[in-house]
Formats: sequence, C-alpha cells, structure tokens
Amino acid sequence: MTGSPSPYRAGARRAATIAPAVFVFGASFGLLAHSAGMGALASVVMSATTFAGSAQFAAVSVLSAAGSVGAAATAAVLLNARYVPIGISVASVLRGGPLRRFVEAQLVVDESWAFSRRRDGSFDRGLLIGAGLVLYTCWVLGTAAGAIGGEALGDPDSLGLDAAFAALFLALLVLQITSRRAVVAALVGGTIAFVLVPFTAPGIPIIAATAGCLVGWRKR
Amino acid sequence: MSSTWLVVLIVGAGTVVCKAAGPVLLGGRTLPPQLAGIVDMLAPALLAALVVTQAVGGDRKLVFDERLFGIAAAIVAIRLRAPLLVIIAVAAGVTAFVRLIGA
Repeated sequence: MTGSPSPYRAGARRAATIAPAVFVFGASFGLLAHSAGMGALASVVMSATTFAGSAQFAAVSVLSAAGSVGAAATAAVLLNARYVPIGISVASVLRGGPLRRFVEAQLVVDESWAFSRRRDGSFDRGLLIGAGLVLYTCWVLGTAAGAIGGEALGDPDSLGLDAAFAALFLALLVLQITSRRAVVAALVGGTIAFVLVPFTAPGIPIIAATAGCLVGWRKR
Repeated sequence: MSSTWLVVLIVGAGTVVCKAAGPVLLGGRTLPPQLAGIVDMLAPALLAALVVTQAVGGDRKLVFDERLFGIAAAIVAIRLRAPLLVIIAVAAGVTAFVRLIGA
C-alpha cells in the first residue's frame, strides 16, 4: 500500500468511468425484477446484500419461470461461487481483524477487483475499496430507480422484457468467453439446459448445467 | 415469508459468505490450481444455461416464439459492441414489435 497519497480517490476515479453503466445496469435489474413479480423493496435489498449482477438476474429469472426457491437460490449462489477464489486473491491485501476483513470483502465485485489489479498481478486495497464504494452506490441507487420506474411502466411481456433476460445473459456470457476452455464449458452448459428443459422443473436445467464447469479441471 | 424474500435472503447470505470466505479464513493462501480452473468455468457454463432457458424455455417444454427475433437483434448489437443497456433495449424492443405486428 504505497504509491499515490489517496488510493481510495484513485479507485473511485477509475470506477467513475463505468459508474453510469453500473447505474443503468442496476436500473435494468430493478426493471426486470419488477417484471418477474418482485417488489421494489425486495429488489433493492437484494442489490444491497448480494451486490453481484449476474447472480441476481439468475435468481429473478428462475423465480419468474415459476422455479422453486431452492432452484433460484442455488443457481444464483453457484454463479457467485467465483467470489471464493476472487476473495482469496485479494485476501492478503485486506486489513484488520475478521470483522473488518469481512466488511471490506463485500466491496469485491468483478469490476472493482479488475480495477484494483496492478500490472504485476498483485492487488491494491485502496483502489479496491474506492472503486467498490462507487460501484456499490451506483448499483443500489440504479436498482431503486429501475424498480420504481418499472412499477410505472406496466405489463412487462408486451414490452419484450422476457427476451431482455436472454439478451442480458448472452452479453454477460460473451464477456466470460476468454479461452477455448470457456467456449467448451458454455457449450456443455447450454446443451445440458436445452436437453433438460422439457423434462424437469424450472431452474433444474440451470443447476445441472454447472457440470460444464468440470472442463476446467487441470492436470498437474 | 414469501418465496421472493426467502430467495433474497438465501442469495444474499450465500454471496456474503462466498466473498468473505477467503479474506476471513484463508489469509494469503490460494486455491489449488485444479480447483481454481473448475471454479473459473462455473460462470460460462451457468450463463449459457441461462441464455438457453430464457430464450426457449417454457413450462416443461421448449418454446420458440417472438423472443428469438429479439435475441437475434441482440446478437447483432453485441457484435457491434453496443453498451449493455442498448443490447437489452434492442432485444426487448424487437420482441415487443414482432409481438405487436404478429398479434
């Protein structure tokens, strides 16, 4: 933790470049959550506690397909399982006792993590926290704006919002395709889901599709 | 408690635990590379499944409807590197339009 006198501010400045996008993304979550029948307060509470876009969209999409609580929650938590290794990667730069580390770790999202990564692969705590705070604020406020706006908009299906979910996940998927292995994982996951949809309750195909992650096994 | 709030609660708690696990429990150690590789592939596998279920999923059946026009338009938007909101808006707008003229 050396370098610029205010790494927090530097992190916040980096995050500001994508802050409008995060706000709008939060608004689209609020809107789609509304279209899935979730109340405004529930969607804002979810953004404030979960603070991870794709998992929140996943949970809401399973719920909107009349999936069970277990299926919705499992799909979302599995999507966030990546935060275990991500959290481990920044563990050594966070400070203080367990409680403080616990709180600081909540500011880790894909973007704040990426912003805080130095060229040498190590991480900067100030950048992480500064960026995380800006992104968190935009995400929660955006969700509130979308949820309240959604209540004013009316029938979601006539607006085509059901297709918006698929488009969103597709856009998020493209960002994750960074290797040939990821392509295979996506193909396996997508195929499993396609085959299972006619035979299982909503949500189950998504959970079964996690088997696609096994292509990530690396030999020593 | 409604099922919506139950999901909010479970997902929130699960995510908080996932994020905090490393910093609180493990300090500076890292995951074994085999395990890290598998966790890395969770997101692409799950997101692909979500695309499929949202695009053609119905109540225990595959449904091919107006959504596919919206998704095709979204693919074009993604290829043009449009911002996320534009991608979502294009998908919704095209689907709504096809539904309108088809009805």
